[in-house]
Amino acid sequence: MKFWSQTAAILMKDILTEYRTRDVLTSMLLFGLLVILMFHFAFESDLEGIRKFGPGLLWMTFIFAGLLGMNRSFAGEKENDALEGLMLSPVSWSSIYLGKMLANLLFLLLAEAIILCLFSFLFNYGIWPRIGWMAAITFLGTLGFASVGTLLAAVSANTRMSEVMLPVLLVPLVLPVILSAVLATAANFAQPPEEQVMFFWIPVLAAYDIIFVTLSLMTFDYVLEK
Amino acid sequence: MIDDAVVVENAEKWFGLNPALANVSLRVHQGEFVVLLGRNGAGKSTLLRVMARLVKPNRGGVRICGVDVARDPERGRERIGLVAHQTFLYPGLSARENLRLHARLHGIEGAGERVAAALSEAGLDLSADRPVRGFSRGMQQRLAIARATLHGPELVLLDEPFTGLDLEAAELLSERLRQWAAAGRTIVMATHNLEQGPEGVTRWVLLDRGRIVTEWTGDSRAARSRYRQFLTGAPDSSVGPRN
Repeated sequence: MKFWSQTAAILMKDILTEYRTRDVLTSMLLFGLLVILMFHFAFESDLEGIRKFGPGLLWMTFIFAGLLGMNRSFAGEKENDALEGLMLSPVSWSSIYLGKMLANLLFLLLAEAIILCLFSFLFNYGIWPRIGWMAAITFLGTLGFASVGTLLAAVSANTRMSEVMLPVLLVPLVLPVILSAVLATAANFAQPPEEQVMFFWIPVLAAYDIIFVTLSLMTFDYVLEK
Repeated sequence: MIDDAVVVENAEKWFGLNPALANVSLRVHQGEFVVLLGRNGAGKSTLLRVMARLVKPNRGGVRICGVDVARDPERGRERIGLVAHQTFLYPGLSARENLRLHARLHGIEGAGERVAAALSEAGLDLSADRPVRGFSRGMQQRLAIARATLHGPELVLLDEPFTGLDLEAAELLSERLRQWAAAGRTIVMATHNLEQGPEGVTRWVLLDRGRIVTEWTGDSRAARSRYRQFLTGAPDSSVGPRN
């Protein structure tokens, strides 16, 4: 009970800070908007190209926008050494990880929802009939990304050039998640939808999530420990 | 009844190939006010961080009020309040929100009243709902002290707490130290500057290159003179091996 109450306190702190500063969401949304606009001009009249590459472009936008958000997630903790303040509290350091990971997941999902709407509008991409499955795929893919991303953001926050270090460490590790999410999304939006393919990749995504969240919870103490 | 607030046994800490602490043992009794002296890099801050379990020693152990912090770090940290040069505050949150967060993490009941009382004691009632980002260094340090002691820790650790403070804030901190010492709270403070000589100190411990060189009792003036002799390398028969 104490663990969850402390996790909720850390999550609420991140939400309140984001509500005040809008640092993470603004940077992710601006970047997402720019990328989607660039793709829009590049693929303007190529409907077949959009159908073929749409899922990949969408997840590429999610991941690069997410990297910006992840980079910011521990920046606030470094100011005034606030992270050490959390570490000094009688909390399990796993609850620090979980609180921050849930906050990152929430911000990523919010940004992705807006980017997805924009994508659908600009490319006239029919996401709405299959939005339920798209939501499930996006949630699972983002959970995998946020779980490893939060862990590695904590690692890279203590390094020089942390903004370069995070993508270098994170992208190779989440490659299986990205591939599964792209293939599941493509199967979901295929005409007609390839449900067999989609139902193969969704459990794969779920399995990655379970492994990544568990491993991150187990190793976060070692990341913080000096 | 546990008499020792802190027991450090043969603590060693290496950062790469550099020894920050070399076989340090220190026992601080309940109600003592111990000042750790030494040049920059002598190991004072590392020793405090080892006590607070922010840094894991390579060898040796620490007990806080009878709790082995390696085995039960959360129970150990419940008993500690740390005031450092860095304030540990979230600049985007208000003073009240910072204290509320701390109260929630410590599971303090009746947090609202405790927070209001702490803000009032720190003289921050009128700025309680302003973001900390706009606070002066002195106001931030007052809030940091309120935060560190909100949960009523048995042991207060201070790491160079006077650094960067204006005169008013430094006097307030000195007054708070006097109050804590008079109330019998255990205090361990690291400093290399004795100009703001604290009162009520029961023991002075001198560190050099990660080792405890010597320790003595006496008032601030005598300690200042003895420490100056150590820094300038002047011969002083009283600065000898530790008993």
